[in-house]
Amino acid sequence: MTGMRLTVNGVDREIDVDPSTLLVHAIREQVGLTGTHVGCLTGDCGACTVVLDGRTAKSCSVLALSADGSAVETVESLADGDELHPVQRAFWDGFAFQCGFCLPGMLLTAKELLDSTPEPDDAQILAAINGNLCRCTGYNTIVSAVRQASGCARTCAKETPCQES
Amino acid sequence: MSLTPAELTSSVTGGIGTSPQRPDGNLKVRGEFAYASDLWHEDMIWGSTLRSPHPYARIVSIDLTEALEVPGVYAVLTHEDVPGANLYGLEHKDQPVLAVDVVRYQGEAVALVGADHPETATRAMKRIKVEYEVLEPVVDMETAADDTPLHPGGNLVRHVPIRRGGQAPTADVVVTGRYEVGMQDQAFLGPESGLAVPAEDGGVDLYIATQWLHVDQGQVASALGMPLDKVRLTLSGVGGAFGGREDLSMQVHACMLALHTRKPVKMVYNREESFYGHVHRHPAVLHYEHGATNDGKLVYVKARIFLDGGAYASSTGAVVANAATLGVGPYEVDNVTIDCYGVYTNNPPCGAMRGFGAVQAGFAYESQMDKLADALGMDPVDVRIANAMTEGSVMPTGQVVDSAAPVAQLLKLVKDKPLPPVSTTLDLRSMPGGVSNTTHGEGVVRGIGYAVGIKNVCFSEGYDDYSTARVRVQVINGELVALAHTAACEVGQGLVTIMQQIVRTELGVQRVTILPMDTSIGNGGSTSASRQTYVTGGAVKAACAAVRDKLAKLAGGRDLSEVDLVELLGDDVVDETVEWRHRATEPLDPETGQGNAHVQYGFAAHRAVVDVDVELGLVKVVELDCAQDVGNALNPQAVLGQIQGGSAQGLGLAVMEEIQTSGGKVRNPSFTDYLIPTVLDMPPMSIDVLELADPNAPYGVRGVGEPPTISSTPAIVAAIRAATGLALTRVPVRPEHITGT
Repeated sequence: MTGMRLTVNGVDREIDVDPSTLLVHAIREQVGLTGTHVGCLTGDCGACTVVLDGRTAKSCSVLALSADGSAVETVESLADGDELHPVQRAFWDGFAFQCGFCLPGMLLTAKELLDSTPEPDDAQILAAINGNLCRCTGYNTIVSAVRQASGCARTCAKETPCQES
Repeated sequence: MSLTPAELTSSVTGGIGTSPQRPDGNLKVRGEFAYASDLWHEDMIWGSTLRSPHPYARIVSIDLTEALEVPGVYAVLTHEDVPGANLYGLEHKDQPVLAVDVVRYQGEAVALVGADHPETATRAMKRIKVEYEVLEPVVDMETAADDTPLHPGGNLVRHVPIRRGGQAPTADVVVTGRYEVGMQDQAFLGPESGLAVPAEDGGVDLYIATQWLHVDQGQVASALGMPLDKVRLTLSGVGGAFGGREDLSMQVHACMLALHTRKPVKMVYNREESFYGHVHRHPAVLHYEHGATNDGKLVYVKARIFLDGGAYASSTGAVVANAATLGVGPYEVDNVTIDCYGVYTNNPPCGAMRGFGAVQAGFAYESQMDKLADALGMDPVDVRIANAMTEGSVMPTGQVVDSAAPVAQLLKLVKDKPLPPVSTTLDLRSMPGGVSNTTHGEGVVRGIGYAVGIKNVCFSEGYDDYSTARVRVQVINGELVALAHTAACEVGQGLVTIMQQIVRTELGVQRVTILPMDTSIGNGGSTSASRQTYVTGGAVKAACAAVRDKLAKLAGGRDLSEVDLVELLGDDVVDETVEWRHRATEPLDPETGQGNAHVQYGFAAHRAVVDVDVELGLVKVVELDCAQDVGNALNPQAVLGQIQGGSAQGLGLAVMEEIQTSGGKVRNPSFTDYLIPTVLDMPPMSIDVLELADPNAPYGVRGVGEPPTISSTPAIVAAIRAATGLALTRVPVRPEHITGT
């Protein structure tokens, strides 16, 4: 086992991992945050998506030790207490998931898109979430939810929470 | 960490006919919903499964010595350690919990390891020495029945004949075809997982992602040699199912390890193991002959259908019955001769997947309808409408369709939708091949195709199909609260939302809590066959009625709507449990396939628009539109979600998804090699929902989940045929089928 440091959702953590431990397993088992999911272990489905040093990454395809000293944000970082992030609100309101296993990747990818491109067109939305699989919805509601969240992100200040639609 | 999903109490309101959000949605978007793979227990160890590398082999010997010496290993178990019956199965008890002297498919479970870490378990598994004598596998479904018998009764699992009308009819126009359907995987996103905890009473508590708690419980108890009350199951968070969780995966294995080691045991499959760990959609070979008059009226349909059940029966019997009884599609045909066979082979076991049996038949009969239209020089929609069944039509089984069957209307709805414009931009993302930059529009041909399908809803053939619901009302902190409890599995489809809506509508109580689903209450039946809103919805509705009756007695005859229920109840609790059945069905006559075997029929139609790069064989589905009758949309948004999701899985079968086998071995057990649709593959959908109530069903509902999966596939293939002029008799359609290379 090797010691390493990781800042997870703003909290500094020191954990011990094997050289072969994947970042997703370190987050789930050593850090204890299970919102990041293991869907395929081949980098195809995106359920393990986290934000690694400011960019989304598939944590099943990152060795934990290679992230020593890095800052990781997981799906658990999105909400601010009782207040959901606009992408969370839009996905919930818009029936953009059923089983929800894909959500960590969908939400973090959507947030990354909206942070850089506050008013994306549909082609930009498709390009952004192309690396995230969903088996339940057929994606139509996911695209709508990202669109909805972009509108929400434009109009909602942090102090005025979104109204339930 | 909690063992079960938090109790689901909705903060939103809304009865039936509205679209309240999912009550589990808050936890899901926060990443706090506990899926089975998230379960954790103090002192737990990890279980792993050693699987056969051979599709068919005799086990000569198993040596555990070295595996047991690996530090950190708690147990290594084989068939000798199965405490009860070693055989289980949904319809036939033919599948060993752990292989005894023979393995019949690649991936069959042979031994179990319990260890302090998954990697320790993996190391130990590599030290189990199994000597195999490899045998020649049986892999051809059409000849399997006459090949080496893989089970004591031979390789024919079930034959369903349908004989209706004349058996030697003649027709003006005859079209024949041979069609093939590849092996599709459910590909739910959350792989199999469970946690077994040994209990002080000598029993075991199992937390598991499944589709049917009580059938799991019965099979686990039988294998453990325990009474049912010693085996208690609780549903954990389920990451999709689509039929793939109706059979056991690690349920017995985890319990065996837990009871043997007296420690909680967690088992999680990775994606590769998931491909070996659950049944798939039956591959099929379908021979059809359609005879029609010169004006396009069907005179007869003859079919011989083969379904490859793989090594173990699973639900092959039900799949065979569906393919046979629904084998002519939603059409009126007086003369029908169908023989449908389900067989054992050494291919991966196949069983339930969304639309089971109806999907395979649907591809063939809709391909035939297009072929017939072509032979007659008729429009493909017109030939379908000319033969479309309606309420009152007679099925090939002799059963009268006794509620709405708006087949012609559904076809007209999709046909009348505006067509998408031909792309005039050179945006590569809208082209076949996408950003691979394989075409800028040259060689691209557009095609349009139609299909309509039929699916039976609920369990058929005389099965005692019911669900149990408990509803309790009480006053908590001065507020009237209702609790609803069933064992019906929420797998993502939204049953928890529907249950809350029904309770709100029936009792007028806004705060409704859905208790965790477990075996402490009676059977909820399977989350399959599009049945839970119908059957468990019916049970919850009936339990609410029983609660209302009790409240009326308490109110001494006063009108409940004028009574303050908080005051009336005080500290009292009203708690009613009801077992609810849909109307009975009958078995099929074994010689003629006649009988009122089905409860209800669901219908959907699709129009697909595709662009095909005919030089490279690449397909882009441009638009996929659907019309479906749902009886009564209890949650309109959730209904759309089922139609969109089901259509997407049909698209996958049409152009991408297949578990490829060679000599019984799976060649592509990963999401790198087994492709499912991404957002770029799935086009926008325009959907029309009809609500023609079924008077026999609670609220008039009609099962929603499966019909869109039936017609999506043949509509897309019809569109590719229209673009290319090719026959395309096999799904998934691959580029080489289009280019001929």
